[in-house]
Amino acid sequence: MFVAETMVAQHIAFGVIAAVVVIGALLVVTTNNVVRAALYLVAVLAGVGASFLLLGAEFVGITQILVYIGAIVVLFLFGIMLTRAPIGAEPRLTGRNWPVGIGVAVAIAGVLGYALVDAFGSDKLPPGSHQLTADVSDSIFSTYLVPFEVVSVLLLAALVGAIVLARKE
Amino acid sequence: MLINEFLLLGAALFAIGVYGVLARRNGVMVLMSIELILNAVNINLVAFGALHNSVVGQVFALFVITVAAAEVGVGLAIVLLLYRNRASIDLDEVDAMRG
Repeated sequence: MFVAETMVAQHIAFGVIAAVVVIGALLVVTTNNVVRAALYLVAVLAGVGASFLLLGAEFVGITQILVYIGAIVVLFLFGIMLTRAPIGAEPRLTGRNWPVGIGVAVAIAGVLGYALVDAFGSDKLPPGSHQLTADVSDSIFSTYLVPFEVVSVLLLAALVGAIVLARKE
Repeated sequence: MLINEFLLLGAALFAIGVYGVLARRNGVMVLMSIELILNAVNINLVAFGALHNSVVGQVFALFVITVAAAEVGVGLAIVLLLYRNRASIDLDEVDAMRG
C-alpha cells in the first residue's frame, strides 16, 4: 500500500518536472529576450536537479543547484551584461536557418526516441535505488582519483585562459 | 518508475538544445543551448547509474558539471572578445574564414 502510494507520488513529481524542463527548454531556445532566456534556463536547471533527486542522486542534485544556478547562470548574466544586449525584446536572435534546426532536432528526437523505446521498452528502475554520497566520494577518491585531478587541472587552465582572453590589453 | 521516462526526457532536452545551437545567432544563446545538451547527458548518466545500482553514473555526471563550468568560462571569454573586436555577437557576421 505504502509502496504503491510512493510510486504514484513519484510519477506525479516526474510529470511536473518533465513539463517544467521541456517547456522551459523550448522557451530558452525560442524567446526573443536574452535575459528572460537566462531565467528560463534557471527553471530548466532546477528541474534537472529535481529529477536527480528523484533518481536518488542527492549529491549530484545539490551540486547541480550550486554550480549551475549559483555560478553558471550568474556567469551568463555577466556575459549578457558585458556584451550590452538590449534588455527588451530583440527580434534577430534566431537566424535564417531555423527550419534546418527544426529538421535536425526532430530527426534526432525521432531516432533517439525509437532506439530508447526499442531497447528499454518497459525496463523498471530498481525500487528504492539509492547510491550513498559516501560511496560516490569513495569512488571519486579511489578509482577515479586520476580523472578527478585531471579535471581540477582542466578547470584551473580554463579559468586562467578565460582571464587571459578577457583581459584588456 | 520506468527508466525510459528519464531517458526520453533527456532525449527531448538534447534535441531542443541541438535546435538552439543551430538556429540561434546570438553567441550567448548558443552557449545556453550547449548547457541544455550537457544537462541531457547528465540525466542519462544518473539514470543509467540508478538502473545498474552503481555510483559511476553519478561520478561522471559530476565530472560533466565541472567541465561544463570550464566550458562556459572559456566560451563567454571568447564571446566577450568577439564583442570587443566587432561590437556585435551575431554569429552570422563571423564569416572571416568563409571560402
